[in-house]
Amino acid sequence: MSEIFIDGISRFWGPTRALEKVTFRVESGRFAVLLGPSGCGKSTLLRIIAGLDQASDGRIHIAGSDVTDMPPAKRGISMVFQSYALFPHLTVAQNICFGLEVRNVPTAERKKRLDEASELLGLTALLDRKPSQLSGGQQQRVALGRAIVAHAPVCLMDEPLSNLDAQLRQEMRLEIRELQRRLAITMLYVTHDQVEAMTMADQVILLNGGRVEQDGTPDALYGTPRTIFAARFLGTPPMNVINLSPEGAIEGSGGPPLADGRGDHAIGIRPEDIRVTAAGRIGARVETVEYLGADTLVGCRVGNQAVVARLPGRAGFSAGDGVSLDWPAERQHMFERSTGQRIDARNAT
Amino acid sequence: MTRTKATIYGWLLLLPAFVLLVSFTHWPALATIHASFFTTPKGTRPAIYVGLENYEAMFDDPVFWQAVTNNLIYALGTIPVSVALAMLMAIWVNEKLAGQSWLRLAYFTPTVLPMIAVANIWLFFYTPDYGLIDQIAHAFGFGATNWLGNPDTVLYCLMVMTVWKEAGFFMIFYLAALQQLSPNLAEAAAIEGCGRWTFFRRVTLPLLMPTTLFVLVNAVIGAFRLVDHVIALTGGGPNNASQLLLSYIYDIAFRYWDTAYAATLTVVLLAALSGLALFQFLVLEKRIHYR
Ligand SMILES: Nc1ncnc2c1ncn2[C@@H]1O[C@H](COP(=O)(O)OP(=O)(O)OP(=O)(O)O)[C@@H](O)[C@H]1O
Ligand SMILES: [Mg+2]
Repeated sequence: MSEIFIDGISRFWGPTRALEKVTFRVESGRFAVLLGPSGCGKSTLLRIIAGLDQASDGRIHIAGSDVTDMPPAKRGISMVFQSYALFPHLTVAQNICFGLEVRNVPTAERKKRLDEASELLGLTALLDRKPSQLSGGQQQRVALGRAIVAHAPVCLMDEPLSNLDAQLRQEMRLEIRELQRRLAITMLYVTHDQVEAMTMADQVILLNGGRVEQDGTPDALYGTPRTIFAARFLGTPPMNVINLSPEGAIEGSGGPPLADGRGDHAIGIRPEDIRVTAAGRIGARVETVEYLGADTLVGCRVGNQAVVARLPGRAGFSAGDGVSLDWPAERQHMFERSTGQRIDARNAT
Repeated sequence: MTRTKATIYGWLLLLPAFVLLVSFTHWPALATIHASFFTTPKGTRPAIYVGLENYEAMFDDPVFWQAVTNNLIYALGTIPVSVALAMLMAIWVNEKLAGQSWLRLAYFTPTVLPMIAVANIWLFFYTPDYGLIDQIAHAFGFGATNWLGNPDTVLYCLMVMTVWKEAGFFMIFYLAALQQLSPNLAEAAAIEGCGRWTFFRRVTLPLLMPTTLFVLVNAVIGAFRLVDHVIALTGGGPNNASQLLLSYIYDIAFRYWDTAYAATLTVVLLAALSGLALFQFLVLEKRIHYR
């Protein structure tokens, strides 16, 4: 059992608030992604969990014991740094084995783990090279190798794929996920890339301005966002958030009421849930058409609100066309504009 | 512009530096080698070609051998100590501690002082009876010591002062190199449970080796090139006990005006220094560079 429990962690730098009362739990053997925009405190939190930085307040528990005051080496973690942090004067093999050597792991065991890891990561042919003789992706894999051979029950990764090209990134996503499953590692993985979050995670913890915005499965975050921020952070293009007039119609349009209007409400609707038809509920005017190959993004205006719809294939509309929009009522989300909170009663899945 | 014109233009641009280099570096060097094969001209008597006689005389000169021995002791005593001290101080002031920039400044101060000023400060430290060292010695019940007047201690007095002056200078190079190292390396090592000493031995020290080579070359050249403090403190005495190669050359050239013999000694010193520098760069370089 090696679950991580973060209990009310705060971190201040003078008046700057990087983290405020962050609380969540990652069950043993699960892949959790720490997601959020730049500067929201992801790296800070990861460094506090690793013991490289001290929290101003709160406790960290790993595998059931309070590690808040323990040095990094005693916490049973391994870490992959965003910048790889390879030792430039050591070969790939020496880099991977550095920690084992420091911990006085016997030579035979060291060799076994090195062979295992290098096989797995396709580094066998590169073991005698120095980091400067490797490509970015290869260096990345060495950094992963160093974390793997430690056989630590908990692994922390800080944006490990941010420097790779799209192709390599996709391959590495699969490799890391596969590895985590096979070794049953409890993973805490930092990224600001929502695709990584959606494809890899069992659990996504969305941070915003140092607070936990939402904590749940990728499905829950996508299907039932708790706030407007969460709704717009996941998905490309993001969810349409449409302001309603006090009568419950789309602001600035004479359209039908979409909800019982009570002041400052907004509805959210994902672009792929919108149907564009000749005769539907809501009249709109096409403003932009972006053809992406597999589908088309149609930007429309309804009243004074902009709405993007995602339609399969070629949509066959052009700018200036009058169309009407429609969507199933169960796909519609309701938010309170002033607080940004979800107000419809649907439960998280 | 035609090709010829461009060539002339290029040479004209080079000319000022070229003239300066030739007239103040290359020409004097050649002239020195030339002069070492002649006698010293005196009054109406011109210089006479004597072949290697000056070099033979040098081999029979006991003061020359004393200066060589002194200089070797001086180099072997000052270089390792000042380089090691420089590294330690750099590692210390590179850490996050209060008053860090003051500490760096304090260590660097001896370097910005001119050697003559440093020599004067230490002259006071070493003064028998009234000097700082003897006053401290008095407090512990010791008598007065003539530090600079005693042939057994004078060379070590110079060495202590040199370490004091040089270590701060070398520290700057180490500090610059340390600040190039990513703090992530130390953090990655800390997660692996690597102690301070192991980290220093396995990571910091190897990564500082290129800097160490550079510092060593400078230190070796410095150990044979510095002369101000000898002249200011002891004049090479007593009884040549603090005579270094360069101070001996200075004495021969400007006190005894034996310019031919001074030229001979200079050639030997230059040859030895060039050889050392070549060795350091060609042999050590290969083992040190990790990239
Ligand atoms: N040493 C520091 N001193 C003061 N403020 C800091 C320090 N380190 C981080 N911060 C602040 O804390 C906040 C969170 O920083 P952090 O590095 O955790 O962001 P992040 O979520 O990792 O961003 P990114 O995705 O860009 O890496 C930022 O506003 C940052 O300016
Ligand atoms: Mg970060």
